[in-house]
Amino acid sequence: MTAAEDVVELDGVAVKRGGHRLWSEGTFALPAGACVAVIGPNGSGKTTLFELLLGLVAPSEGSVRVLGDRPRRGNRRIGYVPQNYTASVGEAVRCRDLVALGISGTRWGMRPLSANDRGRVDAALEDAGVAEFANRRVSRLSGGQQQRVAIAQALVDDPDLLLLDEPLSSLDVASQSDVVSLIEDVSARGDVTIMVVSHDVNPLLPVLTGAVYLLDGHPHYDEIGAVVNSELLTHLYGTPVRVVRTAQGDLFTRGGGG
Amino acid sequence: MGVVAAVGYQSDWFDVVRAPFMVNAFVAGSLVAVAAGLIGYHVVVRRQVFAAHALAHIGFPGATGAVVLGLPVTAGLLVFCIAGALAIGALGKAVSEREVATGTVLAFATALGVLFGSLASRSASTVTSILFGNLLGVSGAQILTFACFTLVLGAVLAVVARPLVFASIDPQVAEARGVPVRALGVVFMVLLALVVTMSVQVIGTLLLFALVVTPSAAALYVTARPAAVVALGTAIALVSVWTGLLAAAMFDLPPSFAIVTIAVAVWLVLYAVSRARVRHGR
Ligand SMILES: Nc1ncnc2c1ncn2[C@@H]1O[C@H](COP(=O)(O)OP(=O)(O)O)[C@@H](O)[C@H]1O
Ligand SMILES: [Mg+2]
Repeated sequence: MTAAEDVVELDGVAVKRGGHRLWSEGTFALPAGACVAVIGPNGSGKTTLFELLLGLVAPSEGSVRVLGDRPRRGNRRIGYVPQNYTASVGEAVRCRDLVALGISGTRWGMRPLSANDRGRVDAALEDAGVAEFANRRVSRLSGGQQQRVAIAQALVDDPDLLLLDEPLSSLDVASQSDVVSLIEDVSARGDVTIMVVSHDVNPLLPVLTGAVYLLDGHPHYDEIGAVVNSELLTHLYGTPVRVVRTAQGDLFTRGGGG
Repeated sequence: MGVVAAVGYQSDWFDVVRAPFMVNAFVAGSLVAVAAGLIGYHVVVRRQVFAAHALAHIGFPGATGAVVLGLPVTAGLLVFCIAGALAIGALGKAVSEREVATGTVLAFATALGVLFGSLASRSASTVTSILFGNLLGVSGAQILTFACFTLVLGAVLAVVARPLVFASIDPQVAEARGVPVRALGVVFMVLLALVVTMSVQVIGTLLLFALVVTPSAAALYVTARPAAVVALGTAIALVSVWTGLLAAAMFDLPPSFAIVTIAVAVWLVLYAVSRARVRHGR
């Protein structure tokens, strides 16, 4: 892949869900190495956008390209953490085994993990800051720790594109900042393009290079400075949102009119 | 002589244990214990303990129906359990959510089983042996069938185990990664049908849960390492069958009662220990 290649390209894309059109005229391209928020109200089709890129849902119009190819199920170059992921993981699974499934979960047969693969699992746990919980059950960790284990699983097979669906929802502020700093570390490596669905862009602002926003049923992409402005966010969430720019150039968004 | 006169220490138990019907019981019980240990981990990880329970009930009319028609009980059980497995697999998660509908269907299956049982000659003993198992009446042919089922189960699981666990833990990610989640769901239900078909004949429809689900659930209190859970679950099931049969011979108890009691006791101890460990923050 050349550095200039766009990782995600949508051209005139529309998708249907349950028989009716969810969004249309999706035309944008995300450059390699970008870290992009996907924002929009509930039910606007953010998760569906991910499913489109994963080849789980087909576009009803237009063309989609991911990492230079048409979307297809089983694309090992994409790492994915679904919404509410760890809620579905019961008592039965250790963190180490969950992460290992990112490598071995698609393999048939009983061959044990190679030493090399075990090393990759350890490294992924280490990078996500959860190495100390490797042998604990996923259900015994806090929400933020669970989310980091899930991200470790998505990263263990060295993807080029990382899709995180609402990784910050239902986390307290401290856990959110742990997850954000993990996303920041991954983004800083420069070889992974990241898309993050989030209700609240505030905690992600230091990391983001841009945002896809689902507004009026048409997805658009903008670089970060352009997307975060008051009118747009106010329109998007239907409640007044104020954007504050600090002396360092950081952006903050605030609810409420005052 | 009171009604409890039959229960008591049997001084000739060592001869009983060496009788051919007892040897058959040990072999058949061991095969079922191994099969239960292999599938139990997946049943618990998939959170389909209810499916095991449901299949046992669905098998009941199959077994009694086979007796009426003069067919082998295994054949009747297998047909009903596989049909039930495919139906539950097609309904997916919905079956455990629609409690009233599922409960009603299971009650009807049991009623059908009672009807077929009443049509069979020697109806009471037919129904009793299917509801509560008939380990002491296992034949050589049954043992051969059980051995084949256990081999098939082991061979298929050896191939699909990892993708199956992946699909059980998180169907969404597994599907995105290219794992055939739906097909694996069907394969799993058919394997469960094989195990239920075997277990009903040994431990009975009503007690099957304690041998197929309880040992693996107990093992999970101790460890979450997949291989260790399968090994420990199988060990608990085997020990339950062996000591249960010994106790049955020594004290002239129904084997199903003895086996289930031991499995439940092990579960209870491991449950209490794990509770205590959680409370002490370990
Ligand atoms: N499998 C499905 N079948 C039918 N409709 C669906 C399906 N998945 C999602 N939808 C509908 O599509 C819309 C968008 O869903 P989603 O992409 O999950 O939105 P978001 O992630 O932005 O909240 C919702 O109205 C939802 O009800
Ligand atoms: Mg969503």
